[in-house]
Amino acid sequence: MARIGVFICHCGENISATVDCGKVAETIGKLKHVAYSTEYKYMCSDPGQTLIKDAIKEHKLTGVVVSACSPRMHEPTFRKACAEGGLNPFLCEMANLREHCSWVHEKNELTTEKAIDIVRTQVEKVKLNSALQPIKVPVTKTAMVIGGGIAGIQAALDIANTGHKVVMIERSPSIGGHMSQLSETFPTLDCSQCILTPRMVEVAQHPNITLYTYAEVESVEGFIGNFKVKVRKKAKSLDEKICTGCGLCTTKCPQKKIPNEFEQGMGMRPAIYVPFPQAVPNRPVIDKEHCTYYIKGKCKICEVVCPTKAIRFDQPDEILDLEIGAIVVATGFDIKHADFFPEYGYGKYKDIIDGLQFERLASASGPTAGEIRRPSDGQVPKNIVFIACAGSRDPAKGIAYCSKICCMYTAKHAMLYKHKVHEGRAHVFYMDIRSGGKNYDEFVRRAIEEDHVNYIRGRVSTVFERDGKLIVKGVDTLLGAQPVEIVADMVVLATAGVANAGAEDLAQKLHVSYDQHKFFAEAHPKLKPVETNTAGIFLAGACQNPKDIPDAVSQASGSAVKVAALFSQDMLTREPLVAVVNRYAPPMYSTCVGCFLCQSVCPYQAIEREEFKNRDGKVVKTVAKINEGLCQGCGTCVALCRSKSIDLLGYSNNQVHAEVMALLNEY
Amino acid sequence: MKTGIYPGCSLTGSARDYNESVFAIAEAFGLEFTQIPDWNCCGATAAHNLNKDLSLALPARILALAEKNGLDEIIVPCAACYSRLVVTQHELKKDPELKNRICEVIEMDYRGTSVILNVIEWIDKYIVPKLEEKIVKPFNYKVACYYGCLLVRPNKILNYDRVEDPQTLDVVMSKLGATPIDYPYKTECCGAGLSISRTDIVSKLSGKIIEDAEHRGADAIVVACPMCHSNLDMRRPDINKYWDTEFKIPVIFVTQAIGLAVGLSPQKVGLKRHFVEVKIS
Repeated sequence: MARIGVFICHCGENISATVDCGKVAETIGKLKHVAYSTEYKYMCSDPGQTLIKDAIKEHKLTGVVVSACSPRMHEPTFRKACAEGGLNPFLCEMANLREHCSWVHEKNELTTEKAIDIVRTQVEKVKLNSALQPIKVPVTKTAMVIGGGIAGIQAALDIANTGHKVVMIERSPSIGGHMSQLSETFPTLDCSQCILTPRMVEVAQHPNITLYTYAEVESVEGFIGNFKVKVRKKAKSLDEKICTGCGLCTTKCPQKKIPNEFEQGMGMRPAIYVPFPQAVPNRPVIDKEHCTYYIKGKCKICEVVCPTKAIRFDQPDEILDLEIGAIVVATGFDIKHADFFPEYGYGKYKDIIDGLQFERLASASGPTAGEIRRPSDGQVPKNIVFIACAGSRDPAKGIAYCSKICCMYTAKHAMLYKHKVHEGRAHVFYMDIRSGGKNYDEFVRRAIEEDHVNYIRGRVSTVFERDGKLIVKGVDTLLGAQPVEIVADMVVLATAGVANAGAEDLAQKLHVSYDQHKFFAEAHPKLKPVETNTAGIFLAGACQNPKDIPDAVSQASGSAVKVAALFSQDMLTREPLVAVVNRYAPPMYSTCVGCFLCQSVCPYQAIEREEFKNRDGKVVKTVAKINEGLCQGCGTCVALCRSKSIDLLGYSNNQVHAEVMALLNEY
Repeated sequence: MKTGIYPGCSLTGSARDYNESVFAIAEAFGLEFTQIPDWNCCGATAAHNLNKDLSLALPARILALAEKNGLDEIIVPCAACYSRLVVTQHELKKDPELKNRICEVIEMDYRGTSVILNVIEWIDKYIVPKLEEKIVKPFNYKVACYYGCLLVRPNKILNYDRVEDPQTLDVVMSKLGATPIDYPYKTECCGAGLSISRTDIVSKLSGKIIEDAEHRGADAIVVACPMCHSNLDMRRPDINKYWDTEFKIPVIFVTQAIGLAVGLSPQKVGLKRHFVEVKIS
C-alpha cells in the first residue's frame, strides 16, 4: 500500500505570504495514503533536505511530493535527496505552489484551496509512479566542426588539444572565413592574416584534426554521442595527394575573368584557382560552372601543363559516412549585398562599396595591394563617406537588430583611410556609436580625436552621382537637424550582417532551431548561449548572431569545453522520461497496429520500425519502437496513437488521468 | 466591368490639360469611363490635418457613390486624390467599427469593393498592352521621370513600386520610345501645398528638381500629378526669378506623352495650356 510523504515549502515568504501552508499540510495529512505531511521554511536548504531523507526512512515512504517552486528550479535537488534517503528518485514529484499559485494570486482562502488542489493532484499521480532507471548511451568521441572560419578553427583546435578527434567541414576551397579577408582588426590594428594564418596551418597539421574543404553536410541522423553524418566532398577535379600546389595551372587557365569571391568581386580569378595566397589547403580547385572544358568539352590546358599530372576531370563527388559524437556549428555570417536600399545607389554606382569590399581595398593582398583606390577609375578618393547602419536597426527597410560589428569596423575603416591618405577627408554618418568592449570606445575616440575623422550623427537619405562625384545627402541631428550635403569620391556602406546562405537548410538537417532572421538559436539566451536545443549540437561564432572576433573566439572555446565535457564520459546518462510502445508476449507482440502516424509527427526522428519474425524468419508483425537515445519525451506520439499503444514514462496516461480525477472529485 | 473616373478639383481647374489628355488617350484606345455622379472634395491635405473622421468621410462618400453606381473600378489621375482614397479604403477595411461610424456620418452604405487605380496602373492595365500597335511617332526624347511624393506613398498601404527609387513611370516612358535618365530627384519634394502660402520655398525646392533634370540633359520632365505639374510649370517664372536663371525644360504629363506618341495633336492633349512652352511634339 502506498505511503506518501508531502513536504510543503514556505519558500521564505514567497509561498507563505499568500498560501496558508499550515492548513495545506494539515488538510493533505488527512488524505488516504498520505503517511506524513509537514511544512518548512526552506525545503531546499540542507535541514529541509534532511527532513525529507529522515522522513523516508522513519515513515517507510513509497513516494514523495515536494510542494514548492517550479520543478525547473529544484526537481534535481529533491530527487537527489530522495535517492540519498533510499527512494528511487523518480518516485519524487513536485507540486508547483509558487509560480502556479502564490505568485499569481492574492492572499485569501481560495488561494489556499488552489494550493491544496495542486498538491492533491501530485499525491494521486505519485501513487502511480514507478521506479525508473537512467538511460545509458555510448559516446563516439569524435567531434565535427561545421565551418572553417575563426570560430570553427578555435573550436577545432581547442577540442583537438584535449586529445579528441575532430573532423572539420568547410564549404569553400579554403578555411579562414571572413577573417582571412580582413585587412586589419580592431581595436589594435594588427594584421588579420598575420594572426589568423598560423591557426589555419595548425588546423591542417594537427594530428587530431581531419580537414575536408570544398565539402558540405548532406544529412545528419542519430543523437547526442551517436550522430551519423553524411558529408559530400565536392570534386575538386584534381588528385590532392599528387598536386604540389605549384600553381602553374592557375596561371595558364584561359578563363581569367571570373569575379573573385575572396576579393568580393573586386578582382578576377581563373576557373582553376586557389582562393588566396595563404589558403589552407594550398591546392587549387576547378570551378565547374566557369571551366571551359566543363562548358564546351575541350581545353584541358591545366591538364597539359600540370607537372605531376594531378588533374582529374572525371573525379566524382565523394560521400563520406562519419560517426560523430558532438557537432559544433560555426558557419558564420554574410553581409547584405543586394540593392535593398536603392536610394544609396549600391550596384548602380561603382564607387559605392560595402564594408567587406573596403577591407579588400585596404588589404595588402587585395586588388590594389593595399592602396585606397576607387573601383571606377583607380583614383585615390580625397573625400570618403562611411554610412554606418546601412540596413541595421531599420525595421522599416532593413533588419530590426543591431549588427554589432559595424560601429567598430567603420571607425577602423576611417582610420585606415586616414593613415593611408593623409590629406583625405573621412566622414562617418552614424545613428549611435556602439563601442562596448575592451578598449573599443578608446579606439573610436582615437579615430575622432587623433585621426580627425568627421563623425556626423544622422542618417543619409540618398546618395547619387552628379558630374562624376557622389552627392551624399544627410542630416546632422546634433546641429538641430541641419541638412548636410557632402560631395564625395567614394562611399562605403556598413551593410547589415545577416545569416549565411544555406543556414536555414543546415538548421533543418541538424534539427536545431533558428530565429526569424535565420540565425541559429541558442538553448537559453543567458545561461545556455553555446548549446542548441538539440543535445550534442553546439554553436560558435556569427552563425548565432553577428559577432566580432573576440566574441566568436570566446564562444568557440566555450563550445569546445562543452564537447570536451561530453567526451569525458564513456557512457551518457539521461533521464528515462521517454515514450515507450508497449510489448506483449507473442502472438500479440504489441497493441501497436503499425500505422506509423507517430513516425511522421515525431520532431526528433526517434521512432523506428521493429519487425517480429517467426521461426521460419518470416516477418509476422511490424510495430513502432522508440529510440530512447533520441526521444525527448514530448509526448506528441502518445497523443496521436490511435490504439493507445504508447505511454510516456513518468507521465503515463494513467498518471495524468489520476491527476484530472483528483481535481474533479471531492476530497 | 464598369470603370469610373474621379477627377477631383484640379482636373476641372488648374490641370485641365491633364484631364484633356486622359480623355484623349482613353478615346484613342477605345476606353470608356463614367464620372462618379455628385462627387465631392477628397479632403486633400487640409482635412487629414484637422479632423480624422472628416478626412475619411469625404473619400468614403466618393467610394460609396462609386459602389452605388456600379463602378467596380475607379481611375484617379490626381496623385493626392488617389492617396486619400486608397488610405481611406485601407483604414476602413482594417477597422469595422470605424467603418460603421463613417457610414453613419455619410448616411450611405460603404462596402469597400471598388478597385482604385492611379494613372500608371490604369496605363499599365489598359494602354500598355495595345501601345505597340498604336504608336505612330515614338517619343524619342530624353526624359526625367518625376514621381513626387504621393504616387508611391505610403508604401505600406499601396505596396506599389519601390518607394525611394520608383521605376513604373520610367518603364512606361521606355515603352513609348523615350530614354529615361538616371534621375536622383524622382521623389524629392516639389513644395506641394506651399505653392499658395510660401511660393519662395516652392521656388527653391522645385528649382532643384528642374535644375538637375536640365543639367543631366533631359528634354522634358514627365509627371503624373497635377500638383507637381503646377509647381514645376505654373510657378516657373517665380522659380526662374529665385534662381536668377532661365530654366526652359518643359513639364509634361505622362498621358500627354502617350497622346503625342499615338499621333494626337498637341492641342488635343492640352499642351497649349502650359506656362512653359512645349517645343516637342
